Amino acid sequence: MKKTPVVPVGIVAAVLAALQLLATAFGREYYLTELIMAAYYSVVVLGLCLLMGYAGQISLGHGGFFAIGGYTSAILTTRHLPWAAGTDWGGWLQRAGVLAARQDLYGTDMITVTPTAAFAAAMALTLAVSLLIGYPALRLKGHYLAMATLGFGLIVYRIVLGSEFAGAADGITSVPPWRITPGLVLSGRRAVRVANYYAAWGFALLVVLFLIHVTRSRVGRALRSIHGGETAANAMGIHTAGYKLKAFVISALLTAAAGCCLTHYNGGIWPSEAGALKSVRYVALVAAGGMANLWGVLVISTVLTFLSLRGCFGTFDHAVFGIILIAIISLAPQGPLKPVAAWLRAAGRALRGGRAGDFAGARTHHA
Amino acid sequence: MHQLLQYALSGVTVGSIYAVVAIGFNLIYRTTGILNFAQGEFVMLGGMTAVSLAAFVPLPVAVAGAVGIVAVCGGAMEILLFRRLRSHSLLHMIVITIGLSIVVREAALHVWDEKVRSLPYFTGTECSSVRILGAAISPQVFWVLGTVGVVVLALHVFFRHTLTGKAMRACSSNPEAAMLSGINIRNVRTLTFTLSGALGALGGCVISPMAMTQYNMGTGLAIKGFAAAILGGLGNPMAGVAGGILVGLAESFSVSIMPAAYKDATAFAILLGALLVRPHGLFGSNGAEGAREL
Amino acid sequence: MKRMFVAMLAGAVFMGSVIAPLPAAAQGDEAAAPAEPIKIGALFAVTGPASFLGAPEAKTVEMLVEQINARGGVLGRPIEVVLKDTAGSPQKAVSFTKQLIEEEQVLAIIGPSTSGETMQIKPVCEEQKMILVSCAAAEVIVNPVASYVFKTPQKDSQAVAWIYNTMKDLGISRIGVVSGNTGFGQAGKKQLEDLAAEHEIEIAISEVYDKGATDLTDILTKVQAADVQAIVNWSIVPAQSIIAKNMRQLGMDIPLFQSHGFGNIKYVEQAGAAAEGTLFPCGRLLVADVLPDDHPQKAVLTSYKNDYEDRYDEEVSTFGGHAYDALMIVVQGVENAGTADREAVRDAIEGLQGFVGTGGIFSFSPEDHNGLGLDAFEMLTVKHGRFAVYTK
Repeated sequence: MKKTPVVPVGIVAAVLAALQLLATAFGREYYLTELIMAAYYSVVVLGLCLLMGYAGQISLGHGGFFAIGGYTSAILTTRHLPWAAGTDWGGWLQRAGVLAARQDLYGTDMITVTPTAAFAAAMALTLAVSLLIGYPALRLKGHYLAMATLGFGLIVYRIVLGSEFAGAADGITSVPPWRITPGLVLSGRRAVRVANYYAAWGFALLVVLFLIHVTRSRVGRALRSIHGGETAANAMGIHTAGYKLKAFVISALLTAAAGCCLTHYNGGIWPSEAGALKSVRYVALVAAGGMANLWGVLVISTVLTFLSLRGCFGTFDHAVFGIILIAIISLAPQGPLKPVAAWLRAAGRALRGGRAGDFAGARTHHA
Repeated sequence: MHQLLQYALSGVTVGSIYAVVAIGFNLIYRTTGILNFAQGEFVMLGGMTAVSLAAFVPLPVAVAGAVGIVAVCGGAMEILLFRRLRSHSLLHMIVITIGLSIVVREAALHVWDEKVRSLPYFTGTECSSVRILGAAISPQVFWVLGTVGVVVLALHVFFRHTLTGKAMRACSSNPEAAMLSGINIRNVRTLTFTLSGALGALGGCVISPMAMTQYNMGTGLAIKGFAAAILGGLGNPMAGVAGGILVGLAESFSVSIMPAAYKDATAFAILLGALLVRPHGLFGSNGAEGAREL
Repeated sequence: MKRMFVAMLAGAVFMGSVIAPLPAAAQGDEAAAPAEPIKIGALFAVTGPASFLGAPEAKTVEMLVEQINARGGVLGRPIEVVLKDTAGSPQKAVSFTKQLIEEEQVLAIIGPSTSGETMQIKPVCEEQKMILVSCAAAEVIVNPVASYVFKTPQKDSQAVAWIYNTMKDLGISRIGVVSGNTGFGQAGKKQLEDLAAEHEIEIAISEVYDKGATDLTDILTKVQAADVQAIVNWSIVPAQSIIAKNMRQLGMDIPLFQSHGFGNIKYVEQAGAAAEGTLFPCGRLLVADVLPDDHPQKAVLTSYKNDYEDRYDEEVSTFGGHAYDALMIVVQGVENAGTADREAVRDAIEGLQGFVGTGGIFSFSPEDHNGLGLDAFEMLTVKHGRFAVYTK
């Protein structure tokens, strides 16, 4: 029995709107910046959640897909194409919305690919690469899959780090804003921050809805059966390889999309986004959120990313992250929300316990 | 000709560093099934501790001290952390050891600091050089290779001819049967981590004069060591040595034919290729080690 | 469902508590409250892969702030530095920059430590009209010039010019270049390649290695095969020491030139005997002791060197010096402008002439936001394990 999760999404949307209004009212709109960045990173983690939590496949290389998306967007929208200047081809492409003439930060004229066209190119490239890598890699299991995906991520990292056209170690800067529709511009500029906030979170919520739909559908059931036992699933006639690949490709596309959006928001991208540390962080956030728990993953990922971006932990940022990780996994491998829920329920019971005869909230609960 | 030899020597030098890490990886994996991403940190801790001790005591004592201390840390890690874990899913283990490596690295940053340090060369100085058929290497390389060789030999003897070693092998092939025979699995696991820590630390000390020791050197080494272990075949410490040397040679020779900027990408590409063709590694047996699912 | 609701509740409560009215830190408005501190933001990579830059920079700034406030502050107001550790991460740099601009409302930002981070925040600072005095070396930071962005480290191109001039004196014309894959290394490589022709130097081979490389003998083997007369290494630690040692181990006795990133005696110590005879252009901080007493920089250099070494019990490095220059330039700008209004301070900084810093003597202009010329450098070498001025 499927029902669209309107209520939870409604609650989330209300909470987000409340946060924004609070922030604006108290003059603290700058918090929205980190929330926006956290939203996009959460999309990456959500995609990975589908792959790891539901399909049970590990990927230590998703930073590579983030970089493929982000760098493609960045390179195409910052590279001047001199051949397009005086030619018919160039004019036609400009009218078609693929190329655009604009000025860079210093006032020089340039013709570059439009962000929308660049996004399409990034998605196409990610699709190709994820199919190419996924098909052979997903036949591997466990540690070998981990190594293969890690290797993939590292190869992407080394390529962008070593290549001039990708800006080498400094990455690419001055990436232009992305005008998605006339009213919606993805950019880090202060003036459009609130709009960007809703755009980012709208995107994240759409992703959640999409993933809920997927996991409740046939695909989701197939993935869960694969996670439970691949041989058995195969014996039942489920085309495990196909479903695994599907999950891999979906997560890769989501990651790359987040990469594009964040690149335009930040106005740049750098090699460390492809690195092992980032990929590992994504995996850790999925695990910390409870693996197969979309809402849990969203909350944990947002909270931890937000705190890290705020610099709340100062020089201990990585250490705190590591400690939280170890704590959650060892104490609450299903994710921290269950114990929190249990605790809140117990607290609620304790509060209600004063009133006689009210056992409405009492339920037996297994730790 | 001596060029090729020089490249080969470079590759072996660097490869032996990876081999040291791979041995530790394989040891733990084989006996406990855990992939210890914090292995690189043992190497780092060994070097750092030895450098700190070397300020007060002679070099050999410092090295021995460092090995001992890190070995204890390894055992402590097992007792405090891994014993208590309720979930044994592969993914959780990987994530925990990753978290652990992060914490250890950051702790090292705050205990020592970000500066690069090194032990003095065991024999000779920074400039000494040994000539072999026209190629030249530092005498420290002999120390590294020698240590790796001695370790491999010692492990071989240990596993085949000592009771404890055989107990460890028993635990890895069939834990239930081992328990039934009266082997204390928990102690064996602690011992494995202790041993692995000791080996890592020894490696860290012996490479410190050449490769320098820095608080964040562990991560890169762990990745390369992991790659070496997989290439050789997970779970086989000796094969890990071969894997390490091969990775090192691949990197070194790739420099001779293409820009050095892509050296690491080449190594990983070769590794990926090998994985896709022969996933259980060069010396691994089909199915047995690698089929473990999440 | 209930679990999800709980999740939302927990998350929202948490976020709300972070965002909701915290007792506001001083709003930083330069209203005329007397002794209202002047806030300056600092972004340094105190931890992480660039910590050899950020750690001395942070320490220098900490020390300077105490000294300045002990003297009575600037314009009678104490200065307060809001330090954020970016750990070398550009995304944190972007996030913290926005925090410093909007939340802390600082007067100016000094740092970041690396070129990559600086380039990512350059557009943000320029758009928000925030003064940025960077401690990173890349030429692109000030070329093309952005009106609010300055930098204190010397120009790479001039370091290269010094190296090439020295080579010409030594009769060297065919060289090999090895560089690390960091932004610094690549910037240096580019300058070396761009300026080679006009100095009649031929670069026979140019290789890039990974910054974390532990052994560079394979690259040096390749360089040896190219039959060069000297090697230029442009990198950060630890490669600077490793390359020197590897060269000796391979029996290469050709001269080794390093970049101005070699500016810390620790690197010499690590390379031990292999560092003897290394040549590199550098600011005069490292040889402050041997400068003649009437040298304009002597007073500033020796007092910084002594204060730093007394306070932190470690040797000075030129990196800390960049932070010294950045902060003191901002302070001087405020004093010259007579107010802490950002526009006025910016104009004052741009108009600074003959400002004595550790990196050299700064003279800014609307076209030159670095302010240092060829005379900011001295060619140094290593003699008996200590830095010395190079003489032919």
